[in-house]
Amino acid sequence: MLKQIEGSKAVAESIALCRPEVICAYPISPQTHIVEALGEMVKAGELTPCEFINVESEFAAMSVAIGSSAAGARAYTATASQGLLFMVEAVYNASGLGLPIVMTVANRAIGAPINIWNDHSDSLSQRDSGWMQLFAETNQEAVDLHIQAFRLAEELSMPIMVCMDGFILTHAFERVDIPSQEQVDAYLPPFDPRQVLDPAEPISIGAMVGPEAFMEVKYLEHAKQMQALELIPQLASEFKEVFGRDSGGLVRTYRADDAETMIVAMGSVLGTIKDTIDEMRDEGHKIGVLGIISYRPFPLAQVRAALVNCKRFVVLEKSLAVGMGGIVATDVRMAVTGTGLKGFTAIAGLGGREITKASLHKLFRQAEKEELPPVTFVDLDWDAVNKQLERERQNRHSGPIAENILHDKGIVSAKFG
Amino acid sequence: MFQIRIHGRGGQGVVTATEMLSVAAFEEGRHAQAFPSFGSERTGAPVVAFCRVDDKEIRLREPIMEPDALIIQDPTLLHQIDVFAGLRPDGYVLLNSSHSFEALGLGELVKQRGLERMCALPATELGLKHVGRPIPNVPLIAGFAALSGMFKLESVIKAINQKFAGKVAEGNIAAANEAYQLVQQQMKERAHA
Repeated sequence: MLKQIEGSKAVAESIALCRPEVICAYPISPQTHIVEALGEMVKAGELTPCEFINVESEFAAMSVAIGSSAAGARAYTATASQGLLFMVEAVYNASGLGLPIVMTVANRAIGAPINIWNDHSDSLSQRDSGWMQLFAETNQEAVDLHIQAFRLAEELSMPIMVCMDGFILTHAFERVDIPSQEQVDAYLPPFDPRQVLDPAEPISIGAMVGPEAFMEVKYLEHAKQMQALELIPQLASEFKEVFGRDSGGLVRTYRADDAETMIVAMGSVLGTIKDTIDEMRDEGHKIGVLGIISYRPFPLAQVRAALVNCKRFVVLEKSLAVGMGGIVATDVRMAVTGTGLKGFTAIAGLGGREITKASLHKLFRQAEKEELPPVTFVDLDWDAVNKQLERERQNRHSGPIAENILHDKGIVSAKFG
Repeated sequence: MFQIRIHGRGGQGVVTATEMLSVAAFEEGRHAQAFPSFGSERTGAPVVAFCRVDDKEIRLREPIMEPDALIIQDPTLLHQIDVFAGLRPDGYVLLNSSHSFEALGLGELVKQRGLERMCALPATELGLKHVGRPIPNVPLIAGFAALSGMFKLESVIKAINQKFAGKVAEGNIAAANEAYQLVQQQMKERAHA
């Protein structure tokens, strides 16, 4: 049913249609509206049987999800930013134990400095945690990916994060087709756990594993994600059969056929990129887009196939590997090893910095002429940066960086008097 | 694509106003995207929210920097921030005030743009009268429907009914009706003047 609805509310309705049996909730912006809406549904008796558990922290949220999943319940939680970091020890336990928990990450920057706005630093910090990560481009895709995520997680007995841009998607009202319960039931069977804690047939989960077996267990985590590379496209194609639309998969290209320059990105910024590409195509530029939906597992072969016929590419990412450059770009470059393709990294949108069509036009035109440095910081205020660097050269006691920059920009008075 | 930017203060229902406009557009079969400027919302702090309307899917996610229309929910913002930044030459302006643009020191703006697409509406008073609260958002979006012709009043009323229930919905619908008529009347008087 078509609705004009907030992204968070749409995702809550999608989760409810997946019949979760345990929802652990701890509020953190910009994820809060999702679990609030689910809490209301449970309280109103619209989502039953389901236990909604308010926990005391994100660490507890993931711990309760682990316990519930091990006991055979379909378990769901959601988080963002510092909340994800706080649960990290349990995040690794969920994947190490092979428990198919689904978690929404409403992507948000990581402090300090404290910042509630969107970028991809939070879930990308969990790149190697053993969780799968799918990135939604629109709220429709966020709804659809959650339904596919439960299937994928439970088929493989591995946990998965569905990542959606905080605020940009979670707080946007737009048109979303909410599936019917019959459609979701036809696609997603009840949870049939591979391992379950049952007092009638006692087993233990979580044994200490020494050097004699640890590598095999870890390899199997990797093997599961390699299986996911096969399964994700299958599940997307089955999804299309039941729901009638393309959603999910590993990667998606746009106007890429004869493109000499390709732009690679994840999440909602793909929309702004596509609008920019349309305008450039109208002017005769041979430029296209590669959207990565599955960040983990990373589809090396599909990325290579999508880029191999272009001349150069730009990875535009909302994340920064401090001391290195791009995070996504590193993987994309690995995918094109040996092709001789020229690759550029563009870091954009950190901490909610807006990514505008005007800036993208400029960036993409420079990329076409191969006039970009290896790493570009899009719309960085160099005056502010250089002023602070100069201050540090001049004064041993130059003070806190964030407060200095805010003061220079006249945004708040960081100093009294 | 038609782009609307609403300025107001935390507590005035700015974000809700854009959401309801998007619902009104959806009710008319169009695509719409409403989103806030994502600040840490505090009562009284300046707030900006955006609404895009189009006949096809809206993919653009940048903030609205060159709006086709401005709704200003709080005239005290005129002295604090440049609410008119980027407004298109043929853009609409709807201002919440019981005073004229000239009385608010905007005579120069009126000279530049003319009054065909500009209107002041006492929306806070309408909110107080019909809903008992000084929240100007619903009268303003109904007034905007009259000013721009972009939305039907009945679509705004559908959006009100989706957002509110019972007495609050009734009060808001009464406020919307009066706001719509007041703006229509102002535009007619100007056309005859």
